[in-house]
Amino acid sequence: MAAYALKRLVGAVPVLWIVATLTFFMIRLAPGGPFDQDKSLPPDILKNIEAKYHLDEPLGAQYLRYMGSLLVLDLGPSFKYANRTVNEIIAAAFPVSLELAFWAILVALTLGIGAGIIAALYPATWKDHGVMSLAMVGVCTPNFVLGPLLVLVFSLTTGWLPVAGWETAQDRILPALTLGAIYAAYIARLTRGGMMEVLRQDYIRTARAKGLPERVVILRHALRGGILPTVSFLGPAIAGIATGSLVIELIFDIPGLGRFFVQSALNRDYTMVMGTALFYAVFILAMNILVDIAYAWLDPRVRYD
Amino acid sequence: MEKTEEKLLDIQDLRVHFHTRHGVVKAVDGVSFGLERGEVLGIVGESGSGKSVTCLSVLGLLPAPPARIESGRALLAGRDLLTLDAESLRRVRGKSISMIFQEPMTSLNPYLKIGVQLVETLRAHEAIAAEAARARAIRMLDRVGIADAGIRMDGYPHELSGGMRQRVMIAMALLTQPDILIADEPTTALDVTIQAQILELIRELKAEFGMAVILISHAMGVVAEMSDRILVMYAGRVVEQGNPGEIFRHPAHPYTKALIDSMPNPNASADRLPAIAGTPPDLARLPAGCAFAPRCGFARPVCRETDPDERTRPASETPALGAPEALTRPGSPTRSAEPGHAFRCHVDI
Repeated sequence: MAAYALKRLVGAVPVLWIVATLTFFMIRLAPGGPFDQDKSLPPDILKNIEAKYHLDEPLGAQYLRYMGSLLVLDLGPSFKYANRTVNEIIAAAFPVSLELAFWAILVALTLGIGAGIIAALYPATWKDHGVMSLAMVGVCTPNFVLGPLLVLVFSLTTGWLPVAGWETAQDRILPALTLGAIYAAYIARLTRGGMMEVLRQDYIRTARAKGLPERVVILRHALRGGILPTVSFLGPAIAGIATGSLVIELIFDIPGLGRFFVQSALNRDYTMVMGTALFYAVFILAMNILVDIAYAWLDPRVRYD
Repeated sequence: MEKTEEKLLDIQDLRVHFHTRHGVVKAVDGVSFGLERGEVLGIVGESGSGKSVTCLSVLGLLPAPPARIESGRALLAGRDLLTLDAESLRRVRGKSISMIFQEPMTSLNPYLKIGVQLVETLRAHEAIAAEAARARAIRMLDRVGIADAGIRMDGYPHELSGGMRQRVMIAMALLTQPDILIADEPTTALDVTIQAQILELIRELKAEFGMAVILISHAMGVVAEMSDRILVMYAGRVVEQGNPGEIFRHPAHPYTKALIDSMPNPNASADRLPAIAGTPPDLARLPAGCAFAPRCGFARPVCRETDPDERTRPASETPALGAPEALTRPGSPTRSAEPGHAFRCHVDI
């Protein structure tokens, strides 16, 4: 398993190189630059700034310089946030995004797997239809609709939960629900499908034939195979949750990384765009490797070499 | 054969119907039989004849819906299994009555260690410490012929061959020392040489543990070799029952005769095995009269009109059909017309 993980990590290096190269040239293809403003700067000041950030060098030289700094994990200074490096900004903002993602995934897994099991155990009954209809609504509701709706109900009308912020424990509830809901809906559908598939298997009949209590049949014998589709989905889901929290961060005023990602693209903050894109790429690759390892752990027939 | 003591298992007029979109499928339609302590009862018939459904319904293992038990009783030591609540029936399953299945490749959970699957069975029925349960499981694996039983406990099913998995299934079924083992086509999915080993193992263990066995198979040879008594099922009904010697020498039902005739015979020079013409009937649309009549070479007009009642065969009129000697077990009774030889047919063949 360690050898497999190492192999996958080494395999990730060329992927990251491609991501870095593509981002580097694409962001420079975009019209405008980091220091374009409504009122253009005096030419000699602009020249000084460009020299400071090496933007006056030929593109090839800039690329090599950037790749060199990547080798020592230096993402460079931000062009827009003066006196802060990209590394510092990510280090400050990403833990917030990660915590939000963690709570959202917890919501998604708990609600999704629970609902999926119930639907699979009582197919074509009101329980199944109720849960699955709710999941359908969940899939179809964009989070920029769900978020304000939840705020309206639970904050403005009832006053139970704070409208926005990221200080207290209660601050986590609505953002996590908003971000996790759509994934909970997907996971419910995947779990239902997986469980229904597994419940038809011969070994479930065996488990019942040997007189195991139904609870053991479901939780020990069926769930393990039944959540495999969910596990495969978790790789993209975690990546999506961790990177897709921008809207949530704006609605609930959360100081996470998502807003930096989008603003830096609009600002042509070259190093910041590249830094966040690369950082997310690393994160997504790592999640996928973790999920593949989890898969092998759940299904002993899957072996990697 | 008649015993005065209470039967171990007594199935009376069992009817199991499947309510499907295409109509009501009468999978089991009035089946009655008894099982004595220590007896091997063979149930033989084609796919869809109701052999497995009979046994699965007794254990409450059929999916309901669509399956519904319409009538009947299944008395285990006087207690009707068909009216038990879920928890009481669970305590019977795997404890008093264990079951093994046709597909050893898929009947064990691929995600769980073999040891886990064995130990949980024991602990579902007995208050036994994990370590003691594990020790008993290892002894049982050893007994059914699994080499390195202690190591296998920590292995997964996919690491074993089909024959080995069936041995594990048998070990799992016998851990609780049940009174009855239901073996549903236990060798059908296995190679011929492995089949013989598994049957021999079941025979040994039956003698050792003194349990009764219900052996379900579509292969007449397998059933004949193992059983004290045979039920022949067709279209959800028992069409003939008796001891193997009697049934082989003097089959009374044309379907039984056809099953015997379609057995491979090493002495025959024919290139092809004789097969039973036609296909099993659609159980949702059974014809009037005898269900076998459309495929039966002996059928008369009456067969297509009325369903034959059960009769017992008179001893004197039985014509000898020359059953293959090799298939008659040594020491099995050769008297004609055992009292237990009953069948459902209008015609004397």
